[in-house]
Order: sequence, then C-alpha cells, then structure tokens
Amino acid sequence: MIQYLAEMFSYPFMVRALVAGILLSLCAALLGVSLVLKRYSMIGDGLSHVGFGALAVASALNLAPLMVAIPVVILAAFLLLRLSESGKMRGDAATAVFSTGALAIGVMVVSLSTGMNSDLNSYLFGSILAMSKRDVVLSVILSVVVLSFYLFFYEKLFAVTFDENFARATGIRTGIYNSMLAVLTAIVVVLGMRMMGALLISSLIVFPALTSMRLFKSYRSVILSSVVLAAVSFCLGMCISFLYGTPAGASIVVVDVILFMICAFVSWMRER
Amino acid sequence: MFCLKCDHVSFSYENQVVVSDLSFTVEEGDYLCIIGENGTGKSTLMKGMLGLKKPSSGKIILGEEIRPSEIGYVPQQTPAQKDFPASVWEVVLSGCLNSRGIRPGFGALEKRLAWEKLQLLGITDLKEKSFRDLSGGQKQRVLLARSLCAAKKLILLDEPTTGLDPVATEEFYHLLLNLNKKYQITVIMISHAIREAFAHADHIMYLSQDSYFYGTTEEYLDSEAGRRFFRRCSV
Repeated sequence: MIQYLAEMFSYPFMVRALVAGILLSLCAALLGVSLVLKRYSMIGDGLSHVGFGALAVASALNLAPLMVAIPVVILAAFLLLRLSESGKMRGDAATAVFSTGALAIGVMVVSLSTGMNSDLNSYLFGSILAMSKRDVVLSVILSVVVLSFYLFFYEKLFAVTFDENFARATGIRTGIYNSMLAVLTAIVVVLGMRMMGALLISSLIVFPALTSMRLFKSYRSVILSSVVLAAVSFCLGMCISFLYGTPAGASIVVVDVILFMICAFVSWMRER
Repeated sequence: MFCLKCDHVSFSYENQVVVSDLSFTVEEGDYLCIIGENGTGKSTLMKGMLGLKKPSSGKIILGEEIRPSEIGYVPQQTPAQKDFPASVWEVVLSGCLNSRGIRPGFGALEKRLAWEKLQLLGITDLKEKSFRDLSGGQKQRVLLARSLCAAKKLILLDEPTTGLDPVATEEFYHLLLNLNKKYQITVIMISHAIREAFAHADHIMYLSQDSYFYGTTEEYLDSEAGRRFFRRCSV
C-alpha cells in the first residue's frame, strides 16, 4: 500500500493533480453548501456543460481555452441566477436549456473540427493529465480567494442563504453576495472540469454538502464537515483511480456516492 | 410621535397598479393588522415599508428614530428553510448583522442581545436545537427573536401564523400583544387569522381591489366594509 502511495507521489502530474484537485474540491464544497441550500444544485451541472461548449469552441479556433471558457461561464452563471430570480422562466428549466444547448454546440464543434476522437472523451469525463503548472497556480489563487471570502463574510453568507428577504431588509446587499457566488462557482467549474470532466464536476459541488446535511444540524458543522468530506473523497478517489487505472472523476464520484449512502444510513438509523 | 407614514403611496408591477393611493399614519406603540383578499398588494405594501420595493408614486416616511435597517422583519417562511441545517442560535444571531456593518463575526454585545431575545420569548432551551426540527410555532418564535435582534421599535410580520394550529396561533398573537404593550414595540402584521386580528390589534387596515380602509379596530367593525367582511368570514 505504502509502496503504491510512494509510486503515486513520484509522478509530477499526480502531485499537481492532487494539489490542485484538493484545493478545488475545498472551494467547490464551500460554495456548494450555499448553492445546495439555495436550491441551485443543478447550476454546477449547467455551467460545466456551458464550459464544455466554450472549451470546444476555443480549441477549434485555437484560442487559449481558459481565456474563453472563464468569461463565458461567468456570463452563463449570471444569466442563470438572474433568470431564476426574475421568474419568467424557472431556474431549473433555464439550467436544462443552457446545459443541453451548450453540450450540443460543443459536440458539433468538436466533431466538425477534429472528428470524434479521444479529445471529446477527455472533455466529458476528464483526464488526470490535464492539470498543468499554471492550473495549480490558478487553483491556489482561487482557493485563497474563496476561503477568505467565506471567512470574512461567513455571517452575511449565512443570512443571505437562510433568508434572502430578511437579509435584504436588514441592509445586507444580497446582490453582491449572489454575484460573488456565481463568479466563484463559474471559475471552480471551469478549472475543475478538465480533470473531473464536464459531466461529473458538479458532484464536487453537491455531494459534500448533501452528505454533511444528513449528519449535522448546524450550519457551521455542515460547512466544516463538507470541507473534510471533500478532501477525503478526493484523495480516496485519486488512489482508486491510480490503483485500478479508472478515470479520476468517476472514481471520486463513486467514493462520494458511497459516503453519501453511509451517512444517509447512519442518519436513518439515528432517527429510528 | 409617528412611527411610519404613508403619503399617497402606490405600487405597480410592470405598469399594473397593485396598490393605489394609500395614505395613513402608524403611531408609536400601535398594533396594526393588514387584512384583505389575496392579490390586493398586502405583501407589496410591506416590502415598500421595508424599503425593498420603491413605490411608483408617493412617499413612505419612517419616524425620526428609526433607520430602515432597524425594522424587525418576520418574512413568510421559504421552502428552502424546511431542511436547512442551522441551529436556533445561528438563526437568531443573524438578526444582529445590521449593527456589525462590514466587520466579520459577532461580538459579546451581539451575543448578549441574542440571548436576551431568547429569554424574552421563552425559548432559551431551543438554543442548540436545529431549526428544521422545530414545530411550526417554535420556528415562528425563533424568527421573531431574530427580528427583535434587528429591531429597536418596529416589527413587521408577513402572515406569521400560516400553517400553525389554533392554539399556537393564539399563543403567537398573545406574545405579540405582550411585546406591544409591555415593551412599546410597534407591530405591523399581515394576517389571515381574522378573529385573532380583531381580538388583539388596535388598528386595522383593510385592502381590497379598488379601495381601502384604515382606522381603529372598533371603527372598522362599525364600518360598512367591516360588517360585510366579518359577515362573510363568519358564514
């Protein structure tokens, strides 16, 4: 076992993937608590599909992928949040339209430009080799931003998540916090999707929060437990991926599912 | 001294007028119930009082000593709160945010304030409980405690007894009456519990599609509109 671990850490790409991945998982878990509680669980999924479309277009046009994907996904995040607020089109419907639309566009572009090859596969299901040095740096910066955002505005974020109307009435500018959530989520999704895959990145956002909510009853404990769960499931998933040669994203999600079922079972037993 | 004054206030959504030309004054220490059918703009009017929605014409003026962020507000519960993992203490403390400004965290002052409100409403034993595990009446007490943390003199409640059983409803109205009489807190409440509203409130605002009534409860019960409304309710 230890031998395997030592071997795992001897590959620079694995170390990069681990560092960037753990940091991104932490960010996703923190943002995820707010998103899940605000009933925006599907937004990560929608955004990752938009990200997929944007990456496909960027690579077809030979542009820097992140430079295209990040602004496009941020824009999509704003639109999705705004649409769910205005109520003309329900948020879930808007998310469905965005995600399938962008996925279709992405598939069209990829198949027209390079033909259906392994590129598409790695976009959709992620690749452990995808993390470059620059991604690691970006992930570090992003996680510092997300962590300080959470620490500094913890109480306000709680108020905005728990009861937006009350928060607005007591003079909290809820729009700013919602926008921050949207922007940071968009960046997490874009950075994480190349490793986790467009189809699976949203699991980093929803699973830690949902699993923690089975077990814990206060906001603070849910937040702390989400962060720990995110790191644990990421590391376990990576080990499985390395040992059995399975895709990293899928391995992590499988660990997430197992943890969720264990916690759901524990909470069910406790209530009986 | 007046606490809140509406001066020819109207509200509209996308050119559709929902509330038109209201003028009334709420004095300090009043207990006002706003009643009326659905779609007559009760919630809109309340949002206006809170400064969350701008009137399309007219003015809403707050009393001298009240700042907009110092109005206590008990909104309708949202579906998201059903399974929200938060302790009662976290919820009540979040009412103190308006006095913190940009500073993160809560100080001893806020914690004492929150504790006082728990004591005032007799829910200190719920402090560590999870909000989602409480009964409907307990939840409303917690939300009331939170609003009192934010409020100095005025609280606004939007149908606080929806979904409560008759006993819990009666208790909640009593609690409000106590706050109103003993601590001189002005109460403005949208209500569906007509009987309790008439029994406890000293002023009634009745909104209908095309007109409104504002006056004391006795005046309302004596008025033509009041008699008609009451007859309909008691049938």
